[in-house]
Amino acid sequence: MQPLLVLEQGLNGVQFGIMLFLMAAGLTLVFGIMNLINLAHGSFYMIGAYVSAWVFQASGSFLLGIAAAIPAALLVGIAVEVGVFRALYTREHLDQVLATFGLILFFNEMVRIIWGPTALYASIPRFLSGQVELLPGVPYPAFRLAIILVGLAVALLLYLLVAKTRLGMLIRAGASNRVMVGALGVNVRLLYTFVFALGAALAAFSGLMAGPIFTVESGMGESVLILAFVVIVIGGIGSIRGAFVASLLVGIVDTMGRAFLRPLLATVMAPAAADNTGPALASMLIYILMATVLFFRPQGLFPPRGR
Amino acid sequence: MPLGRRALTVAVGAVALAAIPPIAVALGQPFYLDLFTRILIFAIAALSLDLILGYGGMVSFGHAAYLGIGAYAVGILSHYGLTDGVLHFAVAILASALAALVIGAISLRTSGVYFIMITLAFTQMIYFLGVSLNVYGGDDGMNITAHSDFGGVLELDNASVLYYVTFAALLLFYFAGRRLVGSRFGMVIRGAKSNERRMASIGFATFRYKLAAFVISGAMCGVAGALLANLTLFVSPSIMHWTRSGEVMVMVILGGMGTLFGPALGAVAYLLLEHVLSGLTQHWQVVLGPILVLVVLFARRGVFGLFAGPTEARRG
Repeated sequence: MQPLLVLEQGLNGVQFGIMLFLMAAGLTLVFGIMNLINLAHGSFYMIGAYVSAWVFQASGSFLLGIAAAIPAALLVGIAVEVGVFRALYTREHLDQVLATFGLILFFNEMVRIIWGPTALYASIPRFLSGQVELLPGVPYPAFRLAIILVGLAVALLLYLLVAKTRLGMLIRAGASNRVMVGALGVNVRLLYTFVFALGAALAAFSGLMAGPIFTVESGMGESVLILAFVVIVIGGIGSIRGAFVASLLVGIVDTMGRAFLRPLLATVMAPAAADNTGPALASMLIYILMATVLFFRPQGLFPPRGR
Repeated sequence: MPLGRRALTVAVGAVALAAIPPIAVALGQPFYLDLFTRILIFAIAALSLDLILGYGGMVSFGHAAYLGIGAYAVGILSHYGLTDGVLHFAVAILASALAALVIGAISLRTSGVYFIMITLAFTQMIYFLGVSLNVYGGDDGMNITAHSDFGGVLELDNASVLYYVTFAALLLFYFAGRRLVGSRFGMVIRGAKSNERRMASIGFATFRYKLAAFVISGAMCGVAGALLANLTLFVSPSIMHWTRSGEVMVMVILGGMGTLFGPALGAVAYLLLEHVLSGLTQHWQVVLGPILVLVVLFARRGVFGLFAGPTEARRG
């Protein structure tokens, strides 16, 4: 196995992990503060991917696509929060699962009505379509590198927002004890709407970056959603730091598993058997990781304090 | 009397379901027989989930796994020319019970949201295992050449017979389930749902009770899977897709959880709604989705609650 290939796949893992983090950050905040299971979080990811690909196609400007996708997801997020989720905060998790399951059906079908049943083609913008030489002789796609850098920047901003601002203090306080925050006179409703919209925007951002790498199709949000849930459960629900560590872990384990598990297995077993078990085991790897983490730490790696 | 209303609802429902095959045959619409067999199979799956969800508070978001294991048991045995019906169902039950034992033993260490997610994760593992089984069709699935063979006693290739077998299984599981939740065992499970710590402190090993309930539920769902394989004569990983687990859960909640009969009604309501809406428009999910949201927001007791009154239907 060449070390350069390992490096490249490792970077791919980091890039995938960062996209997962943008999804998981919103999910874990909504989960930690509002105690709400939002299965429809993947829909914002899908909306981000669709709107940006569509506007990019129509206008020829990738940045215009971003400028359209984020507000679109924000608007949908606020509308859904005010229209549906406000009534769900006090309900059981089960009700939330059912209602958001209904929302998934709705959004997936709406997307098919608006943009048709076939997948939308999202291209990489020209200014990011080349390769960057990281080390001499190690080319890496500029678009993926951009995802890593922009994603890290967003993660840093999010960290500053949550750790250093008054708003972030309220968010953290809400994650520890939301009843107390309300009792101290904070407008919890408004805080909830803000956090929810923030999560929707982050998911849309993740989706619009994913568009050119994966296919832009109806239901694209759900596969990522499940992974994002795995991430927040491993990281500890409500913990942004946990989500960051866990998304990189999941991204790298998943990508490396898919790339190297089969050749690794082939060294110890018959090639035909390795061809069979390699991909299967690679798909299962992160779920095995999650089950193992929960077995030893039922609250995840970074359980939030104060509950 | 709420009890009278409840019994009446169950009796009317059972009689109506028993009358389906003659009606479908008389109308010359064998398609409806298939549709309703499918509905009853999912009614069994929903009932099995309700046993742990409604009474034990265990929100398993992975019940499609046992459906898939039951179906694959029939498919794989048939693949090797083993068509004996008793063997099919015995393996389906044992395999799904064993899977539930392993999954339950690990998942029940956690609770709340973590439990929901870990059961989902296990089902994803089994789903991908199914995708990787290239011998058995992998992602595309495989056709099953013959029905489970009960040596001429039960001709499952006759659609009416398959319907009545499914119906009998549903009734059996319903009455067995009622006995179970009313028994001492059931009381422990229900006690653990409302306050596990208290149950433990008065001396019950709640973990074992919950695990036993989890295994029983998984085995029941495995039977539903074996029946489903007999209905469709086809098995593929899509049967274990996580949206399937979601659908079964939707049926339970739509029907009214913690009632055993409600989830069966929920299966009827959900699949009929799906059938009717998909006949009206290609984009039926755009209608079904908001209906689900409205049910959650406004009809908290589910379909069963509408008919049977509030007594036994869901409690907050």
